Amino acid sequence: MSILLNSESRVLVQGMTGSEGTFHTQQMIEFGTKVVAGVSPGKGGSQHLERPVFDSVAEAVIATGATVSGVFVPPAFAADAIMEAAAAGLELVVCITELIPVNDMVRARAYVSSRGARLVGPNCPGLMSPGERSKVGIIPNQNGRPGPVGVVSRSGTLTYEIMQSLGAAGYGQSTAVGIGGDPVLGLSFSDVLELFAADPTTELVVMAGEIGGSDEERAAELIGRGYPKPVVGFISGRTAPPGKRMGHAGAIISGNTGSAASKVAALERAGVEVADTIEQIVERVSARLRRG
Amino acid sequence: MKLLEHQAKAQFRSEGIECPMGRVARTPGEAESAARELGEVVVKAQVPIGGRGKAGGVKVARSPEEARAAASQILQMEIRGYRVPAVLLEELLDIGQELYLGVTLDRDRRRLAVLLSFAGGMEIEDVAERTPEKIAKLWPDPFSGPLPFEIRQLTLNALASAQGEQVLERPRLLSLMVPLVQRLYQLCQRLDATLCEINPLVITRSGQLIAGDGKVEVDQNAEYRHQDLVRELGGDAEAASSGDDQLEVEARRRGLTYVHLGGDIGVVGNGAGLVMNTLDLVKQQGGSPANFLDIGGGAKAEVVRQALEMVLLDPEVKGIFVNIFGGITRGDEVAKGLIQARDELQIQLPLVVRMTGTREEEGRRLLEAAGITPAVSAPEAARRVVEMVAGAGR
Repeated sequence: MSILLNSESRVLVQGMTGSEGTFHTQQMIEFGTKVVAGVSPGKGGSQHLERPVFDSVAEAVIATGATVSGVFVPPAFAADAIMEAAAAGLELVVCITELIPVNDMVRARAYVSSRGARLVGPNCPGLMSPGERSKVGIIPNQNGRPGPVGVVSRSGTLTYEIMQSLGAAGYGQSTAVGIGGDPVLGLSFSDVLELFAADPTTELVVMAGEIGGSDEERAAELIGRGYPKPVVGFISGRTAPPGKRMGHAGAIISGNTGSAASKVAALERAGVEVADTIEQIVERVSARLRRG
Repeated sequence: MKLLEHQAKAQFRSEGIECPMGRVARTPGEAESAARELGEVVVKAQVPIGGRGKAGGVKVARSPEEARAAASQILQMEIRGYRVPAVLLEELLDIGQELYLGVTLDRDRRRLAVLLSFAGGMEIEDVAERTPEKIAKLWPDPFSGPLPFEIRQLTLNALASAQGEQVLERPRLLSLMVPLVQRLYQLCQRLDATLCEINPLVITRSGQLIAGDGKVEVDQNAEYRHQDLVRELGGDAEAASSGDDQLEVEARRRGLTYVHLGGDIGVVGNGAGLVMNTLDLVKQQGGSPANFLDIGGGAKAEVVRQALEMVLLDPEVKGIFVNIFGGITRGDEVAKGLIQARDELQIQLPLVVRMTGTREEEGRRLLEAAGITPAVSAPEAARRVVEMVAGAGR
């Protein structure tokens, strides 16, 4: 079991014929993901990576029964690609693309919600359900290991490192989700936490936040109201000065919102143990899972 | 990209938002002749930051000669580090009331929010902190924009917390606010802005709504669609960034994701979250990070070299900490890039490299052979670089 993505998920890749799309689709196929189609407007009817390519998502869905899309198209066209996937009835859209104009995302996000679809990202590494041998996105294949830990994070490399460190200590993941580093995102920490709460394989959740916005504070409110599983928290950017964008478009302390101190305090108030280092995350996971 | 006030107001006018009559002047002579045309004026420094009034960058001039003198003074100023490339001279308004109107990104709601308050003229952040009830908010559907009834409700909500007498009668205020809010929202969409702000929004004694000041911030990710604005910024752009951190200006020119932090340990890593965490580790060990530098995924030798070169431009840097997580990137390749960079750039400073992931063993062996300190754990690497820098300082 897992959340959002399992061995039955039929995945299409928008932008599969591009260089990034090609490389990462190969990796997804190697991992075991059921990639059923590619979509590249104008290249319909061809084959790529031994998969059929379609001109539109709607055509790909009719022909292959795809349920999930991975979006690897350039920033200027990404919001449109997300809306196209939602319009075609896909249940999950995962957008890896970075540098999408934020007002494009405001529209795309509203559109996706109105269609009842779920969006992960943009500017994210995607997600992986190791026990289901399925991933959409760019999480390195060797970092996934099946197990009871749900991982949700705003960062890419930090997610990989957490997965690897947990794996090395013998703790695999049910699903790892990178929700993205942009200011306007699809799924929030709270959304993913609710999914993990309902997933029987997930015994514990590692939540890795960072400065900017208040998604972490809202997740803390959710946990504080009574969350059925232990959560280990982690916040990066404790030393970041206000007003400076720390790499991610969304990682900025503006005025009184978004500081690491406020996030750590909110999580601790909700009873979440907040680790200072990745090593500490592993220690706390280990202590919690041993305690049972 | 932040527009200067006169550029923001040119955009306001093109959308049908009324602004005071004004002229831009780049010399005292230009200011004098502008004042001859406009009469009594206010002379305002054109800088991309707030607080210019307190810094003496705004002066009232009753005659062309006074305008000349004021401009001459302001054009020589440096306001919080920013040179003043131009002044804006505007007719004096007969102010009845000052409001705040802004359209800004609300991350929590994942939408643009419209903010309206009768406590105008003040910093809206201060109002939000002290008296949040004085700000009325609206989150329009991004496809329809704000609808007339929503804007009337927004105005009524703001009025509910307004104090004192109103210049405008309620029906007139409601009917004027509808097109104004729609135009500002429309402008925000057209410019791909994350902020379009009128503060103060002046209600004159004769009952007109006029933009007293204007702030527009265009989303960096959308600048490619607004090359006309980038060009228009042209000669003012250099002055407009003159108060920015000069190392960051240089990094932007080189296309690097770099933030100057002022300490003495240079930090390079791949991935924003990982680099932020690396800074935290340095601080936890009692060190002080000099910078944030994210080389992103799939780091190649050349990118590593450019990153180290950038870090070394900062004369305060006394040691470097490179923290790489190898996913698709291979540890041995990163190691080769680092060794090459160290030799080419003749780096003598302590250099601690922590790498993990794909081919980490091979990478570490290469580093050790080349005399660079490799480390397995990031906290351990942070401790070592902090110690080495402290030791070198003795």
